[in-house]
Parts: sequence; C-alpha cells; structure tokens
Amino acid sequence: MMIKSRRSFLKVAGIAAIGMGAAPVMNLAASESHGNAGPEITKNEESLHAKRWGMVIDTSKLTEEVAEAVNKACHKAHNVPDFTITPDPEKYPHARTIRDGQEIKWIWPEHFHYAFPDKEDEFLAEKFHDLPFLVTCNHCKNAPCVQACPTQATFKREDGIVIMDYHRCIGCRFCMAACPYGSRNFNFMDPRPFIEETAPGFPTRTKGVVEKCNLCAERLAKGEQPHCVEASEGAIVVGDLEDPESKIRHLLAEHYTIRRKQSLGTEPSVYYIV
Amino acid sequence: MSKNTIMAGLAVFVLAVLSPFWFNLITTTQAAPKPELLGKAATAKKCVLDKYNMRAEHMYLLDVWRNSVVRLGDRKYTGTNGQTFNMSLSTGENSCLGCHEDKAKFCDSCHNYASVSPYCWDCHTNPKEIK
Repeated sequence: MMIKSRRSFLKVAGIAAIGMGAAPVMNLAASESHGNAGPEITKNEESLHAKRWGMVIDTSKLTEEVAEAVNKACHKAHNVPDFTITPDPEKYPHARTIRDGQEIKWIWPEHFHYAFPDKEDEFLAEKFHDLPFLVTCNHCKNAPCVQACPTQATFKREDGIVIMDYHRCIGCRFCMAACPYGSRNFNFMDPRPFIEETAPGFPTRTKGVVEKCNLCAERLAKGEQPHCVEASEGAIVVGDLEDPESKIRHLLAEHYTIRRKQSLGTEPSVYYIV
Repeated sequence: MSKNTIMAGLAVFVLAVLSPFWFNLITTTQAAPKPELLGKAATAKKCVLDKYNMRAEHMYLLDVWRNSVVRLGDRKYTGTNGQTFNMSLSTGENSCLGCHEDKAKFCDSCHNYASVSPYCWDCHTNPKEIK
C-alpha cells in the first residue's frame, strides 16, 4: 500500500494544475504560428452601402399604372402569394381557395385617407382623393416591431433596414400588433399553392411566419436597386438618409415631404413628396 | 456446486448482451448511400470544405451562413482552398444547388437514410422543381 503524505499530494496536485492552465496558452501559441488560414466571410464587393437606407416616393410621378407595376414587380420577385387565384389542383390537391379578405402585401397602393389618417383636413386638396399612394414597410428608426419581437426574428440591420429572419419567426404576431402601418402579414397557411410563378431568386415563406418588405436587401447586396425603384419610372428613389450628398437628401432638401403617422415617434424612413 | 450455474448464467448473459452484434453478423446491412457528384460538381472538385468536414459539419456551416447572410449581409465565403462561394442554398450559380444540381442525390439520399427531415425546402426552392 502506498502512503502519501499530505505534503507530497499537494505538490503533485499543484504541478498538475499549472500544467492544465498552461495547455490552452500553448495551443493558442501553436495555432498563431500557422497564420490566419481560416475561411473568410465578407460582403460582396459590388454591394451598395448606406448608413441608413431610406426611400422617397414622388407622388406627382405616381399613376395607377405605375403603382400597379411596382406592386407586381415586387410581389412577383419575392414570391408573395396572391390568395385570389385558384391553386393548381394537380400540384396542390389539398389546397383550398381562401375566404375573401386574406392578403399578404409588401408594397401596395393605398388611398390618402388610410395612409395618412392624421392628415385628413376638412377641405383637402382634391387631387389627394384619388391619388394612389404606395405604402410599404417604413423601416422606422425606432421600429416598434423590433421591440415587440420576442425572438429577434425581426431586427434592425446596421444600415437601417428592418428585416426578418424567417428561420427564427415563431408566428406570435406581436410585431403585427406593434406595427402602426399594417406593413406586416401572417401566413395562415402554406403560401406556395397561391404563388402563380415561383421566382428562383428568393425563397418562399412557410405556414406560420410573418412577412414584410425587406427593402430588397438581396438586391442591394448585388449592387442593384430594389425592384420597386426599377419599376417605378423614377417615382421612387432609395438612398442613404445620413449622407448629405446623396440623391435622396437632395430631393428631401428641395421638396416638402410628409411621413406616415409621424406623431407616433417611430421615425419612418419613407418620405412622400406631395 | 453453484459454480456451474453461475458460469452458465454468465454465458447466457454475455450472449444476450452482445445480441446486436450477433444479429449484425448474420444479417446484411445497407451501407449509407454516398452523395453522388453530378453535373458541375463532378468536374469542379472544389467544395466549400473538404469531404470529411463537409460530412460532419455542413449543418453547422449552413447555420453560420444563414446568420451571416440574414443578419450581417455578408454573402461571400472564401474557403481555405481559396475558392469563393455565394452563401446561398439555392439561388444563383455559385450556391450549393447551383453546383450540386440534383437535390435528390445530393441531399435527400443521405437524409432519408439517416431519417432526418430538415425543413429547408419548406421555404427554399429547388430550381429544378419550379421550372
């Protein structure tokens, strides 16, 4: 039988502890000597940058046709379902047509009265009664949806875009209750049967998630302007609100603009030239 | 006297405990299907990670990619082999399915064997299927 004195036990234990403490340091030194050979994740070189993305919509250039074209271009490219169509019975034998009233929208024409309920004067200039206003997510500076989201599925990117991570959305719809602009819609059922032609460049959504405009983050990353800008014939300009030299800031400096429900303090990033 | 009983009992116990091994000895098992490299992937021979890391870590890699693309907007991946990839599952030429064109042979055969059903394709689209 081996008898160890307390003294010799403590000696051995002390040396072992030093050895264990030294191991990570040694590993670090060893790995550093190899240089940085790990994979690298970066932005695309051609991607567009901004401190805070914003949008200016010139309502004098908006016609019903343009508004329609913008709506179509956006929804087609992002696979936004249209619940008015009848699903293809061969591909989706179990899909049912949907009761009236259910919609999913990213950008859509809206009447002045609904878009700007707080700006309705008694004797409103006549042109506003039938002008098509295009409304979408305002990518607010103080976005209430971001504060409401319990899973951080909705969040604010560094460049000001309020965007969703559909992987994380649990479908609680707090964000829909929080958004004062009705910019968010919920997928009560699988949207795929109601997408006429699936665009390959963007995923669809699934049942049980909320969705909204992402300011074409996937296009900005490729150095392209958003779909709505391209389809708008000059009525929509997207640019950097924090850059005083940007086109969007020049437009804002030269024209009188309004924003939706400013009094709520959400600081929308979508401006309307009226 | 009880020695024999104990030994017999032990023998039966060992046989019973090792029964899965005996079962495997007398039956044939199906080997895991190998992902087939078809189309562009067969000639490119340069994937994001090497074969063994890809096999073990691809779900972790995809998780990192998703957070990077959605949250940070970083979409370009330069691997240790110097190749660059578009960090996307199925959009564009330089994405996973852009090179591995056949989802059934690249993803499904292995996932079916391992009985895992990731829900990637509830949202992401296979370019071959939507044509």
